[in-house]
Amino acid sequence: MEGKEKKIKITPIEHGTVIDHIKRGQAMKVLRILDLVDREIDSIVSMAMNVNSSKGKKDIVKVEGKELKNEEFDKISLISPNATVNIIRDFEVVQKHRVELPDMAKGIVKCKNNNCITNKREPIETEFEVIGEEPVRLKCVYCEREMVGEEISRNVI
Amino acid sequence: MNLEFKKDHVVAIDDFTVEEIKTILDLAEEMIPIAEGKEINTDFEGKILATLFFEPSTRTRLSFEAAMKRMGGRCIGFARPGTSSAKKGETLADTIRVAAGYADMIVLRHPQEGAAQLASNFSDVPVINAGDGAGHHPTQTLLDLFTIREEKGSISNNHIGIAGDLKYGRTVHSLTKALSMFDTEMTFISPPSLRMPEEIINMLKRRGIEFHEVDQIEETLDDMDLLYMTRIQRERFPSDEDYQKVARSYHLKRETLENSKDDLKVMHPLPRVDEIKADVDETPKARYFQQAANGVPTRMALLKLLQEG
Repeated sequence: MEGKEKKIKITPIEHGTVIDHIKRGQAMKVLRILDLVDREIDSIVSMAMNVNSSKGKKDIVKVEGKELKNEEFDKISLISPNATVNIIRDFEVVQKHRVELPDMAKGIVKCKNNNCITNKREPIETEFEVIGEEPVRLKCVYCEREMVGEEISRNVI
Repeated sequence: MNLEFKKDHVVAIDDFTVEEIKTILDLAEEMIPIAEGKEINTDFEGKILATLFFEPSTRTRLSFEAAMKRMGGRCIGFARPGTSSAKKGETLADTIRVAAGYADMIVLRHPQEGAAQLASNFSDVPVINAGDGAGHHPTQTLLDLFTIREEKGSISNNHIGIAGDLKYGRTVHSLTKALSMFDTEMTFISPPSLRMPEEIINMLKRRGIEFHEVDQIEETLDDMDLLYMTRIQRERFPSDEDYQKVARSYHLKRETLENSKDDLKVMHPLPRVDEIKADVDETPKARYFQQAANGVPTRMALLKLLQEG
């Protein structure tokens, strides 16, 4: 796996997190899910999209100098269930995880139902129960409407 | 009193077990003389029920208020959002927190799905869902079940026809879910464009419930024990002509009932428009006004169980 990454000229990082095998086109949404877009952070965040791999095109996200925690990166599974998270120290992969679907998804996606109370100005976070894995299927705790696959990535907050 | 009944709020009919439903219906039966004003009851003396209706409703609001008052309680609230602070931009969460400080229980009707679930998160007094958009209306289902049991002796062992707008009708969704907890056979009668949603059909299959889907009421009417009619709404069709063509075949007339069992009972959540002709009203098969009246003892039972639970 590391060999392949080198082949496609992704600059290695000394320390931090590399999220690999992100579904093509989802890298920006991964950054948003991880709150790396608007938040002020010291890390350099880089993103590669449309990268060739043995299983077709993929996206990659690198966060330098920051090791993401499981509960942070498992949220990625909602839009990219095959993503892997590599923790890098001294240019070496010291840990490798495949993201795991959480039981509940809170505040990550908005409900597709415009008439759901969570889409009104109320002091609550959206909340979904994860009811299916392949494809990922979410059920809104409030209006019970279900969302599948693409609908989920379209509605990332 | 069944001490097994422990509910903080009532959001959806699925929140109840069969045992809990039976507990409510049994108590509702005991409440009939009080609901009819033949016995005096003061269980709710000094108690206040807040009825917060962000959407108009006649039967649901009046029957909750009648239920509370028959048990000696009082009601506060509003019947239109124009008269509430929601119009000034207050969130539902705040309205609920404020009302919870004034009342011992809250009945909520709201145009948005999930409103009752939200309200239950912000209220330290019981919240009862009286309809949330296209979502749930559990007390309608409870009074429907009460009526079925009252009319037929039991909920199980009946062939129940459900007709009308099965795609969008929250009443029929809740009723179907509830009936699937009992041993019933169901026939869904609707135009092909207004069939039961897939998730309900899948749920019935999972639970091994016998059901049929047909286009016309007449197709299986001769075998039915109960026919639950609902309205087909004009706005579901692209043109008035399309609507008229379809809607007419879902109009129940006295002569349509000629081929039905003698003891068939016809129900309807009301209000009806044209779907049941007035000539059906005088037949012993018409039970929809009794059904509406049953809203009072059923809601009395629910208020009582929540208060004591």
